[in-house]
Amino acid sequence: MDAKAKNGWRASLLPVATVIAAIVVIWYIAAACLNFAWERDQSERAVQKGSEAATFSQMLTNTMSQKRPVLPAPHQVGQELWKTTVEKKVTSKRSLVYHGWITLSATLLGFLFGTILGMLLAVGIVYNKAMDMSVMPWVIASQTIPILAIAPMIIVVLNAVGVSGLLPKALISTYLSFFPIVVGMVKGLRSPDAMQQDLMRTYNASGSQAFWKLRLPASMPYLFTSMKVAVAASLVGAIVGELPTGAVAGLGARLLAGSYYGQTIQIWSALFAAAILAGTLVAIVGLVGRLVERRMGMTR
Amino acid sequence: MNWLLIIGAIAFWLAAWALNIWLSNSYPKSRFVQMFVPVSFGVTLLVLWEGIARGANVPTVLLPPPSMIWERITNSLPILQEDFIQTFVKSALRGYVLGCGAAFLVALAIDRSPFLQRGLVPVGNFVAALPIIGIAPIMVMWFGFDWHSKAAVVIVMCFFPMLVNTVEGLKASEAMQRDLMHTYAAGYWQRLFKLRLPAAAPFIFNGLKICSTLALIGAIVAEFFGTPLAGMGFRISTEVGKMNIDMVWAEIAVAALAGSVFYGTVSLIERAVTFWHPSMRR
Repeated sequence: MDAKAKNGWRASLLPVATVIAAIVVIWYIAAACLNFAWERDQSERAVQKGSEAATFSQMLTNTMSQKRPVLPAPHQVGQELWKTTVEKKVTSKRSLVYHGWITLSATLLGFLFGTILGMLLAVGIVYNKAMDMSVMPWVIASQTIPILAIAPMIIVVLNAVGVSGLLPKALISTYLSFFPIVVGMVKGLRSPDAMQQDLMRTYNASGSQAFWKLRLPASMPYLFTSMKVAVAASLVGAIVGELPTGAVAGLGARLLAGSYYGQTIQIWSALFAAAILAGTLVAIVGLVGRLVERRMGMTR
Repeated sequence: MNWLLIIGAIAFWLAAWALNIWLSNSYPKSRFVQMFVPVSFGVTLLVLWEGIARGANVPTVLLPPPSMIWERITNSLPILQEDFIQTFVKSALRGYVLGCGAAFLVALAIDRSPFLQRGLVPVGNFVAALPIIGIAPIMVMWFGFDWHSKAAVVIVMCFFPMLVNTVEGLKASEAMQRDLMHTYAAGYWQRLFKLRLPAAAPFIFNGLKICSTLALIGAIVAEFFGTPLAGMGFRISTEVGKMNIDMVWAEIAVAALAGSVFYGTVSLIERAVTFWHPSMRR
C-alpha cells in the first residue's frame, strides 16, 4: 500500500469508529424503547397479582436482558454469538460454526461455478460478435428477474429428482454471481487500448497469444472488483436457498427457525454471523486481488 | 420420447444461431439487426425449451413447457393481478420510493460534513455487501404480515446502495466547474441544483437502477416469512408445496416482466435526464 492510501485509511478510521459507535448507541436506545412496553406490561400484571410494581430503572435494566426481546441489545447478540461459536462443539447442531460452514460451502461452490461460467461467457462475448449482440442483452435481462424468487422452486424441484444438499443451493449462488463477473470481465477484456493491441500486432502475436498475454492480464483488476460483488451475492443466494428446505441446516435455516419460534436473539446472531462471513469473504477476495496485482506489477 | 420434436427444436436453434451470426457480421450497424438478434435468441431459447420439454417427455413438475405456462397465465389473470398489486405496487414500489428518497436526503445532509462522509461511506459500502435480505423475519415480526414489513425490508435494502451512489455522485463535479459557480457567486442551493445534482445524475440513476431490481427481490423474499393470503412470494412458496410448478413459472414470468419494465422505465428516465452524458451518445 502506498503512503497516500495508508494516510487515507488512517484518516477514515476515526470517522468510521464514530459512526459505528453512534450506531451502537442508537441501537441500545432503540432496544430500550422497543422492549419497554413488554416490561411495563409485566409490571402491570404483577400489580394485579398483588406484588409490587417494578420501578422505572428496574424496568429499564430488564429491557437489556429479556429472553425474547423485540430488539435484542448488542451485548445479548454478542453473548449469543460467543456462546454458539466458541463454547459449543463445532459438530453440534446448535453451533453457528456448523451452520456457517454449511452455508459457506454452498457459497464457495456457487461462487466457483459462477466465476467460471462468467469468465467463459465473457470470453465468448468479447470474441464472438453474434454472442455479444444476442447473449449480452439477455444476461442483463436475466438480472432484472428476481431470481431469488425462483430459489424455492429450484430447491424443491431438484429435491424431487433426488438432487439435494449442496448442489441446488450452489446453483442459486451461481446464478447470482455470474452476472457481475460477466459484466466486469467483458469490460476488462476490452480494456486494452488500440495502442497496446497494435503493439501485439507488430509482435506478430497470434490471437491466443494476444489473449493470454494482453487481454487476460489487463482484465484482472476488473475481474477482482466484480468477484468482490459476486462473492457477496453468492452468499445471499446460499442463504435464501436454505429457506425452503424446511430449516434443516445453515444460516438461512437458523433465520427461518428463529422466526418460527420468535427467537429474536437467534435471528440476530445468525444475521451477524452472515455479515461477518460476507465481510471476511469480500476482504479475502480483495486481498487476493491485491496480491495478484502486485505480483503482476500492476499496483504502483 | 419424441425425437422429431427434439431434433426439430435443435435444428431451429442452430438455424437461428447461424442467421444471427450472419446478420451480426454482415450488418453490425443496422438498428433492425441490433433489435432482431437478441429477440431471435430469446425466441429460439423458448422453442428449444418447448421442444425438449415436450419431446423428451420431461415431467411437468420439473419443467413445464412454455406453452403450458402461457396457458396458466391466461387462465389465472385475476390471481396474478392481485399478487402483483400486493407485492409490487404495495410493497416494492412504496419501499423503493421511501428507501431511495431517504437515502437521497441523507446523502444531501451528510454532503456538508466530510467527517460524516468518511465515516458513513465505508460503513454503507460494507452494509451494501451484506445479506440484508436476512432482516426479513425481523421486519415481519415488527411490522406484521401485511405490506408494511415488506416495504421496510425494501427500504433497508435500497438505502445503502442509493446512499453510496448519491454521495459518490455529489463529488462528481469538477474543480473547474465549482470554481465557475463560485465566480458566479452562486449560493449553496444554486450550486446544488444547477451544477452538482445534474453532475451527480448518472451516479444517482445507477443507484436507482440497482435498487429497482433489489426492491422486487426484497418484497418477494420477505413474503416467504409470512404474508396475508396474496403476493407473489406467498404464491410461489405455496404453489411449490402443491407441486403446481406451472403456476410458479407464471408468477416468475410476471415478476420478470415487472422487473424488466421497472428497470426499463428507470433507464428511460435516465436517458431523458442525463442525455448529455457521454455514455448516452450513439
